[in-house]
Amino acid sequence: MYSEKVMDHFQNPRNVGEIENASGVGTVGNAKCGDIMRIYLDIDDAGVIRDVKFKTFGCGAAVATSSMATELVKGKTVQEALQVTNKAVMEALDGLPPVKVHCSLLAEEAIHAALWDYAEKNGITIEGLEKPKSDIHEGEEEEEEVY
Amino acid sequence: MDQIIYLDNAATTKTSPSVLEAMLPYFSENYGNASSIYSIGAKSKEAITKSRETIAATIGAQPNEIYFTAGGTESDNWAIKAAAEAYGAKGRHIITSKIEHHAVLHTCQYLEKQGFEVSYIDVDENGILKLDQLEKAIRPDTILISVMFANNEIGTIQPVREIGQLAKKHGILFHTDAVQAYGQLPINVDELNIDMMSSSGHKICGPKGIGFLYIRKGVKIRSFIHGGAQERKRRAGTENVPGIVGYAKAAEEAVSTMAERTAGEIRLRDYLIERILKEIPYTRLNGDRTNRLPNNTNFSFQFIEGESLLIMLDMEGICASSGSACTSGSLDPSHVLLAIGLPHEIAHGSLRLTLSAETTKEEIDYVVEKTKAIVERLRSMSPLYEDFVKKYV
Repeated sequence: MYSEKVMDHFQNPRNVGEIENASGVGTVGNAKCGDIMRIYLDIDDAGVIRDVKFKTFGCGAAVATSSMATELVKGKTVQEALQVTNKAVMEALDGLPPVKVHCSLLAEEAIHAALWDYAEKNGITIEGLEKPKSDIHEGEEEEEEVY
Repeated sequence: MDQIIYLDNAATTKTSPSVLEAMLPYFSENYGNASSIYSIGAKSKEAITKSRETIAATIGAQPNEIYFTAGGTESDNWAIKAAAEAYGAKGRHIITSKIEHHAVLHTCQYLEKQGFEVSYIDVDENGILKLDQLEKAIRPDTILISVMFANNEIGTIQPVREIGQLAKKHGILFHTDAVQAYGQLPINVDELNIDMMSSSGHKICGPKGIGFLYIRKGVKIRSFIHGGAQERKRRAGTENVPGIVGYAKAAEEAVSTMAERTAGEIRLRDYLIERILKEIPYTRLNGDRTNRLPNNTNFSFQFIEGESLLIMLDMEGICASSGSACTSGSLDPSHVLLAIGLPHEIAHGSLRLTLSAETTKEEIDYVVEKTKAIVERLRSMSPLYEDFVKKYV
């Protein structure tokens, strides 16, 4: 079901944990749907992400996408981090099963939420960053059941 | 550990060696079609007759009340759709429960689209049907009550005797999905006033692809699969002779060893429940503590998600299942866990471990140790646990 990379990032997740006094923290998802991601960013004065940590409640894909997303933004500038899309996360993981694509969207959204928090804390605007949705399932239509 | 520890016996079971042995001749030398007149055909027919008698005896039925099908799902579909068709002129109301298997629930939903009305009765926090609500739901146009014998997820045993009495009192057909209960609990269709009962071979160490529907004599259920004259013209199609023979062998074994086997399973089940609840904090048992299937346990671990748990258990060689959304293929966790009142996040963190006669105490100890470590690890990664600890600990 999962690629070897997904399994690797699930079994050995990178950057699990918390950052005290983080520059930005973002939590997205909801327990109802079964996945919640929280990302902590430590950003230096030059706007470079020095460190990043995550915590995730969710399935194997949720953990793996969080782990990969943190790897992809680590050491990047805020602007570069903003360019890390769910597609990039999926590609880096050698793909996800179709039902798990929303996990990668959640990972992208978690990064954005942490950046938004950083921007708010510092009274700055990050060009191209929109206020993140707290729940990526918002507005998503449920598949019609067929009997 | 090199070997796998299989604790998903509610999903399916290992075919018993004696069952396999009984089946083999019906693939090789005795392959004849039971409808043919030459000797190897007659041998097949004889095997079917004998198997039918064996199975009928296990539930106190007559052989001509046992109809072989392709499995539990077909039996459920047949019972409910054919009852609706046959008794639709009398009334168009059906009663079932909120925790049925999808084979029943989706069949009922299909019938709703055909103009039938269905009442889905609630269960209490342990998953036991609310009998008073059932009785109140009965109407003059109610034609069928379909309530499972025991639940496949949380193992709760339903008050089948009381439901049967209510159905009889009101002249309503009573169907029960006994896929999980048959072979694990004593069943007598006359004592329990059961009119129709579904069962499946592969849940009792028999083969897959075979089941039966018990239909009480006099119940006017028509054919579901049309074609030849097999199964007294009620279920056409060349009989699955090896499957039927294996099923009868499995049924015979399950029923003759029931008392001793289930006593052993109950001891291990209770040991497992006790250890998990005692040693893993923020954990609950889903389903009734004692009024449950001998081999069923179902836990919810707060702050973690079931699929992650299953993958990690699999890496330790342990086969289990969960009611989380990720394992159900939808956004919602198990309808059974929601029906007993669990909030979504706790339903997502469920784990079902179902034992077999072969399960050992050593295996249970291993599973408890691994589950403990995995739950701890997943909690250390969980933002829900982080919030909980910051707030309360």
